[in-house]
Amino acid sequence: MNARVDFTPMVDMIMLLVTFFMLCTSLLKPQTMEIAMPSDKQDIKDEQRNQAKASEAVTILAGGENRIFYFEGKPEEAMQNLVETKYGKDGLRKFLLAKNANAQKEVEKLKKEFETRDINEESKKEYNQRLSDIRSAKGTPTVIIKVADNANYDNLMKVLDEMLICNIGKYVIDNFTDADKALLESKGVKFPQQ
Amino acid sequence: MGRFKVKKQDTFIDMTPMSDVMVLLLTFFMLTATFVKEEPVKVNTPGSVSEVKIPTSNLLTIFIEKNGKIFMNLDNPNAMTLTAQQVNTDQNADVVKDIAEFSKVPMFGTPLNQVNAWLALDDRNGYLAKNPAAGIPCDSVSDELKVWVNAASEAIGEDKLRIAIKADKTTPYKVIKNVMKSLRDIDKNRYNLITSLAGAEQ
Repeated sequence: MNARVDFTPMVDMIMLLVTFFMLCTSLLKPQTMEIAMPSDKQDIKDEQRNQAKASEAVTILAGGENRIFYFEGKPEEAMQNLVETKYGKDGLRKFLLAKNANAQKEVEKLKKEFETRDINEESKKEYNQRLSDIRSAKGTPTVIIKVADNANYDNLMKVLDEMLICNIGKYVIDNFTDADKALLESKGVKFPQQ
Repeated sequence: MGRFKVKKQDTFIDMTPMSDVMVLLLTFFMLTATFVKEEPVKVNTPGSVSEVKIPTSNLLTIFIEKNGKIFMNLDNPNAMTLTAQQVNTDQNADVVKDIAEFSKVPMFGTPLNQVNAWLALDDRNGYLAKNPAAGIPCDSVSDELKVWVNAASEAIGEDKLRIAIKADKTTPYKVIKNVMKSLRDIDKNRYNLITSLAGAEQ
């Protein structure tokens, strides 16, 4: 008697199942960026808001048409210090990395140190703790992000992404004021009529 | 004359290794996959280097499509039911009459007074995608986003509910700002922005 079993129908069926799963499921889980916005209720006073030393403060202004500007220091001196840049590694990142060079070095060191260690819950926790310490240490820049109404969501995400890449721990998303609008208008950024 | 015998070849192919491989593939897909949720509107999320995974349970997702219409969904039918009941109690009206039907929709997003009319439609998803009147209002005139988020947080538990915003790349910042402002008004200051993974250019 031939004990060989014909597997062809089985393969047919499994093939169908595989096809079904391939078509009906998504493998990629979407990524996410966690942000914590300052609360209104803790009412942050203006003094506290300006606590950031002028030398460490960087304001990023994102306008429409994918244009982006930044200035360092106090808002009163914005006009002289305003620089146009672009998104990506040659523009904004270059500037922020230079500004945050110390923290960047620390992070590199930290990464090297942890490369040789085992990965477990504890070391991960320690790593994250030290990373956030470095990111918000004294002397690191404070970034104020202001996005115009006619800029798009991608612009905001790109700026937030730079914060991650450049290891900047202190940043806030602030309101885009009329003064900022006037500033950008002087550089030829167009705004839609209200 | 000697008969020349043609050797008959056995055409039977052994399928066992093939079925082995197939079963392995099948197992892989079954274990790694999550089912695609039906989304009436296409949302192209921006890329980011962030590698944080999205939380899987008790998730309230706020969808913002490129024209600024806002939709919402919760990750399981039970949460949908509880939220609908909560909205009815909060508003003191039958905002959602057919809760059983409501709990099955993949996504909702109409002004509160149109929820029932929308549920009665045949092509609900088409309505959300095409009708300019669809979308949860979120501006200074009427801010129903707060109503839904409050209800969801009440129904699921304030500390359990996670909020995620899934917005299209090209959405004007104005809409995002309004949504963030509404969330801030009701004291929801921690949320996730859904992105797709993109490596940073070196």
